Amino acid sequence: MVEAIRDAMDVSMQRDENVVVFGEDVGYFGGVFRCTQGLQQKFGTSRCFDTPISELGIVGVAVGMAAYGLRPCVEIQFADYMYPGYDQIVSEVARLRYRSNGEFTAPLVVRMPTGGGIFGGQTHSQSPEALFVHVAGLKTVVPSNPYDAKGLLIAAIEDNDPVIFLEPKRLYNGPFDGHHDRPVTPWSRHAQGEVPDGHYTVPLGKAAIRREGAAVTVLAYGTMVFVAEAAAAETGIDAEVIDLRTLLPYDLETIVASVQKTGRCVIVHEATLTGGYGAELAALVQEHCFYSLEAPIARVTGWDTPYPHAQEWDYFPGPARVGRALKAVMEA
Amino acid sequence: MSDAGRLSFHVPAPAVRPGGTPDFSDVKIPPAGEVRRPEVDVAAEEIRDLAYSIIRVLNRAGEAIGPWAGRLSKDELLEGLRHMMTLRAFDARMLMAQRQGKTSFYMQHMGEEAVSCAFRKALAPGDMNFPTYRQAGLLIAGGYPMAKMMAQIYSNELDPLKGRQLPIMYSSREHGFFSISGNLATQFVQAVGWAMASAMKRDTKIAAGWIGDGSTAESDFHAALVFASTYKAPVVLNIVNNQWAISTFQGIARGGSGTFAARGLGFGMPALRVDGNDYLAVHAVAKWAVERARRNLGPTLIEYVTYRVGAHSTSDDPTAYRPKTESDAWPLGDPVLRLKQHLIRLGVWSEERHKQAEAEILATVIETQREAEAHGTLHSGPHPSARDMFEGVYEAMPPHLRRQRQQAGV
Repeated sequence: MVEAIRDAMDVSMQRDENVVVFGEDVGYFGGVFRCTQGLQQKFGTSRCFDTPISELGIVGVAVGMAAYGLRPCVEIQFADYMYPGYDQIVSEVARLRYRSNGEFTAPLVVRMPTGGGIFGGQTHSQSPEALFVHVAGLKTVVPSNPYDAKGLLIAAIEDNDPVIFLEPKRLYNGPFDGHHDRPVTPWSRHAQGEVPDGHYTVPLGKAAIRREGAAVTVLAYGTMVFVAEAAAAETGIDAEVIDLRTLLPYDLETIVASVQKTGRCVIVHEATLTGGYGAELAALVQEHCFYSLEAPIARVTGWDTPYPHAQEWDYFPGPARVGRALKAVMEA
Repeated sequence: MSDAGRLSFHVPAPAVRPGGTPDFSDVKIPPAGEVRRPEVDVAAEEIRDLAYSIIRVLNRAGEAIGPWAGRLSKDELLEGLRHMMTLRAFDARMLMAQRQGKTSFYMQHMGEEAVSCAFRKALAPGDMNFPTYRQAGLLIAGGYPMAKMMAQIYSNELDPLKGRQLPIMYSSREHGFFSISGNLATQFVQAVGWAMASAMKRDTKIAAGWIGDGSTAESDFHAALVFASTYKAPVVLNIVNNQWAISTFQGIARGGSGTFAARGLGFGMPALRVDGNDYLAVHAVAKWAVERARRNLGPTLIEYVTYRVGAHSTSDDPTAYRPKTESDAWPLGDPVLRLKQHLIRLGVWSEERHKQAEAEILATVIETQREAEAHGTLHSGPHPSARDMFEGVYEAMPPHLRRQRQQAGV
């Protein structure tokens, strides 16, 4: 997936000379996860460069550049480091088009690795997507595989609105179903690891059905898509797994069609429970599918604690927990 | 316990509070014409002293003297006076309009007119300001129509921002005036980004960032200086030190640094301090910094030493925290009166012409106001629709907003 993300930036930088890439360790070295490796060598230091350690500064200068007419695609090294730049995102990036009545816009992408599963502790594991979805004016994307990552990132860079692009870091090197004790599967042995050369997009705002089923709908995104698939396979429950891909704008049609068909819904995310994106999804399902529901909506999420280190797998909503929720919803 | 004894906690306080006698003896003011004018390609370390002095051109007798003088023609000076007088008249009328309930909020410039009016004349078309809320002189001196400013203040049917923004948070790309956020300091770093982009694209335009004395305490200020200095961005970074951040005196933000300009020294940036109530000095220093940026010599930090004569905003009452007569004691005088005196001394202006100009300007402002009010004020007459509220959040309205607009029934 790292290569797919890099390729998306490479393709975008070739097609549009206004696309620029920068962040901490992003230039010469190519990023701590290597997502920008080779871009500076290929496009020069005016197009891809290292910045001071200042997330506020990275996002802040990106706003000015976007207002000038560039299309910055910046990297925050970990989503956990985003908070110093959060005011620039919320108060500036998100509202610039609105407050200037379209006179100034900020077509920029803020990429950041998200989620746990790598023993990163509380400062390298967070999933702050709800903090962005809550802000009017932003689009928030979470890809789950290399094909989508490339197509969604190109679409995000070409979008005229600001896009928060959260990359589940546990998926960088292969799909991960939550069985941390099993050997890592590389993307080369997975269907969605196939990434076409050149330019293509995956439209923002469209979900994908990863596994068709008739008994229960599972709403997931990022790493949890694979966890949900594993839970369905292991419990033998005929679950329909929907990969939301874009959290805002969300694909209500796909969600509603599926829940109306199955009559049951389980929502899975790695982020903490309370006030999480799952709460919004549950509200939407309730509003639009109430008369189709045959069981209460269930949520399987990280616990409402900071992301722990040694207890990572107790925190992580793995296939066993998702499986229990599936069974409970089926028996309700 | 060690020999040093117990610690004590230090909180800076202004010399005088309400009831006291105003005292600005701590503001060290060198005579006009005294501070040297270095070449624009001077190394920052050679002019460190300029961060601690005050560049002044007009002396108490109204003469323009010293190395920073002689850069504006009589016509340009007369135009400058007219801009400042227009801004003052505009402020007076809009303050009154706010008190009459025609708008919710207003912020005036009294005492600070020279800073934005003179700075604007140092820029070229295409340059971009990232202003705060007290630089409307950039618009007035740039020829932006007052009628549009009023439409924005009234949030009426002609409001270019469709009623979405607090009064005076103008935006005009065409006039090199970036949309004002209203959050403090956030735009200082954006100015640096805009300037970086101009350099990345091998353009010729430069940017100007604006911030107040109090807001220099924000992290955004420091991020702006780090990025500007690292990438030698073609940007002029302006600190307007008007002594007061609402009720907080400038010593709270400044700490022990002596001056705000001195903040630039650690970043290896030329840092100049200028008499902000001296139209000629502001213009000369702005021109110097703009030329540096234009010649790709990098950023300049400028501190304008001025005084906020009025309240912070219409929601503020300064008599609660500073002596009523403090503004009379401000040692750098009034920018309008000082330029007027200079023009009289030059023989191109007189008390009569000044009075006449004042009356003309006021009549123009009142006439413009009358026309603006015909298109509505905040609580009466035509104004942007509730439907407009849902527009422009995104380039295209996403489905969830369409549903909400439907629910709102607009």
